[in-house]
Amino acid sequence: MASIDQVADGFTAPPCANAVAEDNSGERASWFQVAPLVLVLLLFFGLPMLVVLAVSFFDFSRTEIVPAFIFDNYIELFRSEVTLRLYASSLKFALIVWAVTLVLGFNIAYFLVFHVRGLLFQIGLFLLCTVPFLTSNIIRMISWIPFLGRNGIFNQALQGAGITSRPLEFLLFSDFAVIVAYVHLFTLFMVVPIFNSMARIDKSLLEAARDAGAGRFRVVAEVVWPLSRTGIALGSIFVVTLVMGDSFVVRTMSGGQSASVVSALQNEVAALQYPPAAASAVIMVIIVTLMVAGILRVVDVRKELAG
Amino acid sequence: MHGDDARPWTFYAFAAFFTLFVLFLYGPMIVIYILSFQGPHGGMTFPLNGVSLHWFEALVSQTRVGDIAGSFIRSISLAAIVSALTVMLAVLAGLAFRRRFRGSAFAFYLTIASLIMPGLFVGLGIALTFRLLGLPTEWYTTALGAQLTWTLPFGLLIMFAVLGRFNRAYEEAAIDLGATNWQKVKEVTLPILLPGIIGVALFGFTLSYDEIARTALAAGAKNTLPLEIWAMTTNVTSPTLYAVGAVTTVVSFAVIVLALGSIAIVQRRRAAASARTE
Repeated sequence: MASIDQVADGFTAPPCANAVAEDNSGERASWFQVAPLVLVLLLFFGLPMLVVLAVSFFDFSRTEIVPAFIFDNYIELFRSEVTLRLYASSLKFALIVWAVTLVLGFNIAYFLVFHVRGLLFQIGLFLLCTVPFLTSNIIRMISWIPFLGRNGIFNQALQGAGITSRPLEFLLFSDFAVIVAYVHLFTLFMVVPIFNSMARIDKSLLEAARDAGAGRFRVVAEVVWPLSRTGIALGSIFVVTLVMGDSFVVRTMSGGQSASVVSALQNEVAALQYPPAAASAVIMVIIVTLMVAGILRVVDVRKELAG
Repeated sequence: MHGDDARPWTFYAFAAFFTLFVLFLYGPMIVIYILSFQGPHGGMTFPLNGVSLHWFEALVSQTRVGDIAGSFIRSISLAAIVSALTVMLAVLAGLAFRRRFRGSAFAFYLTIASLIMPGLFVGLGIALTFRLLGLPTEWYTTALGAQLTWTLPFGLLIMFAVLGRFNRAYEEAAIDLGATNWQKVKEVTLPILLPGIIGVALFGFTLSYDEIARTALAAGAKNTLPLEIWAMTTNVTSPTLYAVGAVTTVVSFAVIVLALGSIAIVQRRRAAASARTE
């Protein structure tokens, strides 16, 4: 928990830095200012999550949920072999996508911060990377269909170049397509925090390392990488939670052949089996929280955000 | 600095890598915009079988593709409401965090938890809550709330970034010159924050307009546009899908250009004003 406290301090430190000790009226003003946001989040996030927790202990019939306090939903969940397979599938996607987006995100941020000259050009290229984030995820996802399909552009090109004689079948509606879509959708979440971390690195540190005889790769490995760890941690949290929580990409891009924990949960909801779905959600939240806590344990975010 | 201006070889390697990444980001999107002009007998992929507006017409004329027009109007209205609420609540809360106050850590954790919670769970929770309370789910009540749990955290984080660079000396000067608290906020604080506030509005609008995970279970009987498109992906196998993609992306881009343009105008006016006073 301590490390989460430190993140909070790190985030709030800059706005508070020049605040002097204020009297009660200042605190009361802050309460009035933050209250609307907190109320909305309590009503539409805090309360609903408590309801999910409560319903996970409920009983249910074919048409309705019955208030109760039973552990059947959890017992069923842990007994089922499917559960383990679903988690293995979700974790596999999260791990692969995390590794790919980390490599891509780190290098893109590095290029933007240390190679691009001119602030306007830098902002322009940064916007070029972030604009797709503000457009529809579903459309960006289905835009891979004409590329990866059996008669898609990729297969046409491969056959045209004489590399393959028959179309590759594994491109669309497969795990491969799911990973391509995830990387396409989520790399931005890695680029932006790492970019922010790197932009704060004092360039003279790099020169000093170079003057001291460090080669290009040692400068990256021993100066840039450690100083970008905050961004890497925040980006990792985004990517891991987004992949673990997804159901739409895995459904569409695997053509129903793969599943994730959340896509299975969505099926239960569609069948009006709310209590088992709620139990599954509770377990998932615990696991995702542990993963986030693990990332925060590796990286002392506060020390680096404050510095 | 001028002596070693020659680019190292790594620059060209990175530039090529970056170009490939941009192609990876935009290439598929551009392809579906081209394919949306597919001729009436064309398919879901190349070759183009003539060029036409057939699939755009199909969007409005064919009833079997669903209620595109209605869901479009709902999504635009919802995005406007979400954007306005996000600006009001996130800017206010951002100002609150400039002071230390009891409960600030709680407010912060609540916001971050709301940000990283899998979206479908939020929708599920809201749907269950309203079900237990015997209230109906509607796009303008439950879906609105569900989307705010996504846009408010982004809005607050943007405000943190903006306020981190805010120089309080301007506010102190306003107070020293005899401004009331409200005058200070209206004449000094908000104008300085304006570019950031426009950014919050942009995020609020576009994130709401494209949101699906939180909305899916909380929207009620009438779909928003992303949900309508999601339904189409399972039962429409014609370029109509690309046509709707082209239309919705044009809307997103129009909003982005409008927001970035306004920010540029604000910055230019400011630069001109400071040049006059010098």
